[in-house]
Amino acid sequence: MKQQYTITVYAEDQIGLLARITIIFSRRKINIDSLNTSSSEIPGIHRFNIVIDETEEVVKKLCKQIEKQVEVLKAYYNLNSEIIWQELALYKVPTSQVTDKMIVERVLREHGARVVSINNDYTVFECTGHREETDKLVKLFEEYGLIEFVRGARVAIIKSSEGFHKKIKEFEAREPGEEVIENEFLNEQDSVFSM
Amino acid sequence: METTQIKDTEQKNTAMEANTTIQPGDTISGSQAVLEALIAEGVVTIFGYPGGAIMPIYDALYDYNDKLEHVLVRHEQGGIHAAQGFARTSGKTGVVFATSGPGATNLVTGLADAQIDSTPLVCITGQVFAHLLGTDAFQETDVINVTMPVTKWNYQVTDAHEIPNVLAKAFHIARSGRPGPVLVDITKNAQLQQFEYPGYQKCNHVRSYRPKPIVRKEYIAEAAKLINSAQKPFVIFGQGVILGGAENEFKAFIEKGNLPAAWTIMGESALPTDHPLGVGMLGMHGNYGPNVLTNECDVLIAIGMRFDDRVTGRLDKYAKQAKVIHLDIDPAEVDKNVKTTVPVWGDCKETLPLLTALIEQKDHSNWLSEFAKYAAEEDKECIQPEMHPEGDVMSMAEVMQALNELTKGDAVIVTDVGQHQMVACRYAKFTQTRSNVTSGGLGTMGFGLPAAIGAKYGAPDRTVVAIIGDGGFQMTLQELGTIMQFGAAVKILILNNEFLGMVRQWQQLFHDRRYSFVNITSPDFVMLAKSYGIEGQTIDQRAALKTALKTMLDHDGAYLLEVKVGKENNVFPMVPQGSSVAEIRLK
Repeated sequence: MKQQYTITVYAEDQIGLLARITIIFSRRKINIDSLNTSSSEIPGIHRFNIVIDETEEVVKKLCKQIEKQVEVLKAYYNLNSEIIWQELALYKVPTSQVTDKMIVERVLREHGARVVSINNDYTVFECTGHREETDKLVKLFEEYGLIEFVRGARVAIIKSSEGFHKKIKEFEAREPGEEVIENEFLNEQDSVFSM
Repeated sequence: METTQIKDTEQKNTAMEANTTIQPGDTISGSQAVLEALIAEGVVTIFGYPGGAIMPIYDALYDYNDKLEHVLVRHEQGGIHAAQGFARTSGKTGVVFATSGPGATNLVTGLADAQIDSTPLVCITGQVFAHLLGTDAFQETDVINVTMPVTKWNYQVTDAHEIPNVLAKAFHIARSGRPGPVLVDITKNAQLQQFEYPGYQKCNHVRSYRPKPIVRKEYIAEAAKLINSAQKPFVIFGQGVILGGAENEFKAFIEKGNLPAAWTIMGESALPTDHPLGVGMLGMHGNYGPNVLTNECDVLIAIGMRFDDRVTGRLDKYAKQAKVIHLDIDPAEVDKNVKTTVPVWGDCKETLPLLTALIEQKDHSNWLSEFAKYAAEEDKECIQPEMHPEGDVMSMAEVMQALNELTKGDAVIVTDVGQHQMVACRYAKFTQTRSNVTSGGLGTMGFGLPAAIGAKYGAPDRTVVAIIGDGGFQMTLQELGTIMQFGAAVKILILNNEFLGMVRQWQQLFHDRRYSFVNITSPDFVMLAKSYGIEGQTIDQRAALKTALKTMLDHDGAYLLEVKVGKENNVFPMVPQGSSVAEIRLK
């Protein structure tokens, strides 16, 4: 049975690793529903959260293929019931509509939203929650002339795990990370001789 | 014809240690650092082709002529297949040089082939200046992303300081764990850059990379229990045995338990083909008994093999009755295609002796006689008619049989892809390991000739016979030029059926004989070889076969023998696609 799974990957921060991981999905024609990547608490180690709809068997194999990549430390997969997750959303609405028509207080209370910025022309609300919750607010703001909407990828914490934090700290103490060399030559086009 | 003798590897190794001149602290170029790295890794032979973006490395190579031998191939694809052939016979890492853009993209087929057949390679490609990256510069291709799915690891170097460490890492990754191809793309500025050489340190550890899984003794104990309780145990083995250098450990294992063992195409030659417990080849064109009895055994012991679909046939009818033990170094292989009862992760060189210690000596003669029964039936229905065909037209099988008689199974057999490959792998006799070089997973036509050149460099003292079809030969025949210039004494045996035979066989069996674009014409192969200064002849008479083969083998240097064989012969037995292994057809 296909279900929503969240895959958590710890990997070295290397140029191109994101592509190495995503081609494991695209090769099998599996769509990535949501993908978040950001540096973890350990310098040089990135944490990926990848959300897909698949059967457990497929997800298990995908994780093994991900772990097989040289720069990957560990890949876990979890059902929604095994994680706590959030998605952050921002909504831009005309300020005139907000002041004239909307009962702002109710919106803020009922949806746990916040106002991030108020401008003469527009107001930006922020809401953090599950997909259904941020979707509900889209519907509501549409009635008030929603100008722009954006939602971030899922970030998730695994409930049961004792935490990778300790393990990765120990690991890092043993094997400190290498610095990633980025291309520092791109701005030197005119000063470098070329054939 | 001017020929250069293939130099003895070991002599060269000692020679170069004596006159290494570059010391840590010296100011050298990135290109020199590349060549120093190769020397430090024990590399002697490089297969390559120069071009604009790799010119600084070739310029440095000019001064390393006494330490490194460069074989100028005629196409980068030929270069990488040669490096594969070298790696397969020598057990060392093959090294390839190519330039940016088209040079690098021409490597892709070989990378894919090496990736799926777990062959250790380090490919070094030139790249445009770093400041030109992403500008659609002349001969610029995003090689890192193009090769990402077909390399075990790849990396782009833009600064010479990175070169020693990155190459050390490249060699370590290529040959450790489950081996595979690695590509290092070096921008031209990094090749030219002068820097203070820190010296070269071999890499034996990469953070976040665990090439050898931890051996779990409890699983080995469980596996032994299963084997000891089995009435009909059956061992199937692949290239893992060869890659692990575990041929002796493997033999000790099957001999102690009296376990019948069948090989995959990639595992062939790990066990001498005449070993009494060797019951033949698995797969679509494998032997009758091993295929049928896969679905009758009670414990299936898979060693260093990956349950390719050409081995398993229809998966949902594959060995469903059996408990499966899977020994593999790559954890991703366990449960990938066939559900495992007991996984044994690890290098089989380590795990097999542990398992052998725990299994009981058993007499499985009743079970073994079942294999013999099927072998007798296959011999009568399939092998004898193939060996002694009616009429004057020769069969591929009888050519192989005659070759076996002359080589006594001591030759390296390199094949291309197609019917001749299946026949060669079915009938070739092998007495030593690392003798069967074939494109197993990818099925790359055009692999044979260049791979044979590399195989000869990897095993200079052995006879290398390249068995190639008329179709595949025409895909990479430009490498005759490499043979002409560098003198690899490869024996080229073209089995010419004037068809793309395997596709024709499928069209005959599954597409109502609608022969769509499978009749292929050929040049005069002998005249072609002669134009490259290579001796040869064509035969179409059985009476001439043995003498012709003997002439080929005895000839001093490369030789091309074309044998005209039956045009519409089929390879049997055959497990039709989508059928179970038990439904293997003898005709």
